[in-house]
Amino acid sequence: MTLATDFDPMKGKMLQILDKTGKVINKKLEPKLSKQDLLKIYKLMALARRADDKRLKMQRTGRMGTFAESKGQEAAQVPVVMQLTKKDWLVPSFRELPAQITFGLPIENDYLYYMGNEKGMQQIPKDLNMAPISVPVGTQTLHAVGIAWAEKLKKTKNVTVCYFGDGGTSEGDFHEAMNFAGVFKTPVVFICQNNQYAISVPREKQTASKTIAQKAIGYGMEGIQVDGNDPLAMYVAGKYAIEKARKGGGSTLIEAYTYRLANHTTADDATKYRTEKEVKEWEKKDPILRWTTYLKAKKAITDKFIKETDEWVEQEVARATKAAEETPKISIDDIFDYTYETTPQYLEEQKQEVKKYYPE
Amino acid sequence: MTLQSDLMTKMNMAEALNLALKQEMQRDKTVLVLGEDVGVDGGVFRITDGLLEKFGENRVIDTPLAESGIVGTSIGLSMNGFKPVAEIQFSGFSYLGFDQLAEHASRMRNRSKGRFSCPMVVRMPYGGGVRALEHHSESYETIYAHPPGFKVVIPSRPYDAKGLLISAIRDPDPVIFMEPKRVYRMIKEEVPEEEYTIPLGQANVVQEGSDVTLITYGSMLHTCLPAMEQLSNVSIELIDLRTVKPLDSATVIESVKKTGRCVIVHEAPRTCGIAAELIARINEKAFFNLNAPVERVTGYDTIIPLMQREQEYLPQPAKIVDAINRTMQY
Ligand SMILES: Cc1ncc(C[n+]2csc(CCOP(=O)(O)OP(=O)(O)O)c2C)c(N)n1
Repeated sequence: MTLATDFDPMKGKMLQILDKTGKVINKKLEPKLSKQDLLKIYKLMALARRADDKRLKMQRTGRMGTFAESKGQEAAQVPVVMQLTKKDWLVPSFRELPAQITFGLPIENDYLYYMGNEKGMQQIPKDLNMAPISVPVGTQTLHAVGIAWAEKLKKTKNVTVCYFGDGGTSEGDFHEAMNFAGVFKTPVVFICQNNQYAISVPREKQTASKTIAQKAIGYGMEGIQVDGNDPLAMYVAGKYAIEKARKGGGSTLIEAYTYRLANHTTADDATKYRTEKEVKEWEKKDPILRWTTYLKAKKAITDKFIKETDEWVEQEVARATKAAEETPKISIDDIFDYTYETTPQYLEEQKQEVKKYYPE
Repeated sequence: MTLQSDLMTKMNMAEALNLALKQEMQRDKTVLVLGEDVGVDGGVFRITDGLLEKFGENRVIDTPLAESGIVGTSIGLSMNGFKPVAEIQFSGFSYLGFDQLAEHASRMRNRSKGRFSCPMVVRMPYGGGVRALEHHSESYETIYAHPPGFKVVIPSRPYDAKGLLISAIRDPDPVIFMEPKRVYRMIKEEVPEEEYTIPLGQANVVQEGSDVTLITYGSMLHTCLPAMEQLSNVSIELIDLRTVKPLDSATVIESVKKTGRCVIVHEAPRTCGIAAELIARINEKAFFNLNAPVERVTGYDTIIPLMQREQEYLPQPAKIVDAINRTMQY
């Protein structure tokens, strides 16, 4: 018996340790996290939430372009990614600010990207194995398999965590990725953030299968549906899948059942396809709320800590904002010089043409 | 084309396209609209707004998020009696369906010696200038103009958009219909309420002139117009191609023969762009009428930069003015 067989998606089971009020409902599975880890989850979720709020403020005042909000999906990311080492890989889609922050990407990199400055993704720190944000839905799942495959060929124990949405599971690339991962037993942890909608299209219209987790079965892989707003459940599921992958056991599909507490992007109006009632229900399941309640009941958090974290978060977000806003645009050379390793003559000529119009 | 009534309404391109879809769906029960978010949401650019309410979910279909699925099933639907108008949310995501388009849609007629054809339309917003995310701004019409079998339409203004979309839907072959998203809500003009068609493959001589032929299409028309205002001393013949495949060579050649000079403007990358094909044709048919080398003002052979730098990439009036002035020196 494994965690995935205990919570067989075909039997309608979902892994949950904390209920929506933050009460432990599965004592047996409650992980023995150090106080430091418990608080780390709190800090990172709080930071991600504030960093996301700040993006919205900047977008609304014309200081940032369109971006995909991550509000509400922090628990589906932080508790899993915090278990990775620097040698592991993170392959995100575009709603993974919390995962990026947890993995160690400076917030300003994300800000720059959505401010329309390539440097954000071009300057991912060299010691961070993170693929750039991937906008074409579902396509990055194949890269994750390739990256993990390379690690396997190199005989390391490094794992690759790949994020995508419920909509992403409709793309052919997703199915090819799952199939390759099954066939080559690559160490990938596939995490589908089922936030119930792909823009306006509800999950039921995306796939006729009852759960997304059960799709794994067809590829000879384990799948498990997890309450994605429950940090403990996500921690446990992530731990299971990561350890399995490290030990050569291949891939796992984790369906994080969650909700975006925001519009799809800043260009979207979710009131066109979601009811206020539904949103209100999910607001009650806010992962940060749930986590705070849990920590308080455990007496693992103090009001003083909450206040200090709040101040730290504020400073960190302000620092990142300043760093992003003070970063100069890319140069004209930058537009051209990353097309190839060596810029061919015809591109050199085109570059000179631009420079004539935009002297630097 | 003559119009039976002169009922006109001022509308933008998004509204004109919406009206065309509505009228064609009303006229022909086999016309279906399918794609991501086209139903309840009315499309991310609201081009299909209100269609679901009017025609129901058997004809206005929110599909799963899968471009190959959308295009591939459209092929089957079109082989079996329907006329799908598929929406790809942004042209930058159409490549996930490119396999189905290039392997099948474009060659079904040929492969089955006419037994099957694919009378389908694939609509997709393209182009830059709207401060969009990565992959949301490119202009790769060449990849659809290249494989034999497609028609590729790119309107520049509301009036043309409506007439061309109706023609595309009625066309017996697959049509790639690329919509300049920058223009969706940029201008309003008088558009007839009633249905009308604009033949595919026919360019529009927007303004007659005798010194130089300025050729463009899609959103770049609106970059050429301000350039022309700065050149009141030059008599410019402005041609809006409207369809980039088949190209209206006759109109182009006739004009170049008259003016002896030509400047071509597109925002797509330069290499193998539509300008390259036009220059080849001019070379073949009007070489001895040329007074000056043909100039092209285009996007560059790089990825279009994100919004902080995209204006530097896109053709600007100043570059067009300079190109015209250079040809006038001969
Ligand atoms: C291949 C592709 N098609 C369409 C889009 C436009 N688009 C961006 S996000 C999105 C919905 C994605 O839904 P889901 O995978 O559930 O992720 P979520 O946005 O809910 O996080 C769509 C259709 C895209 N980015 N890529």
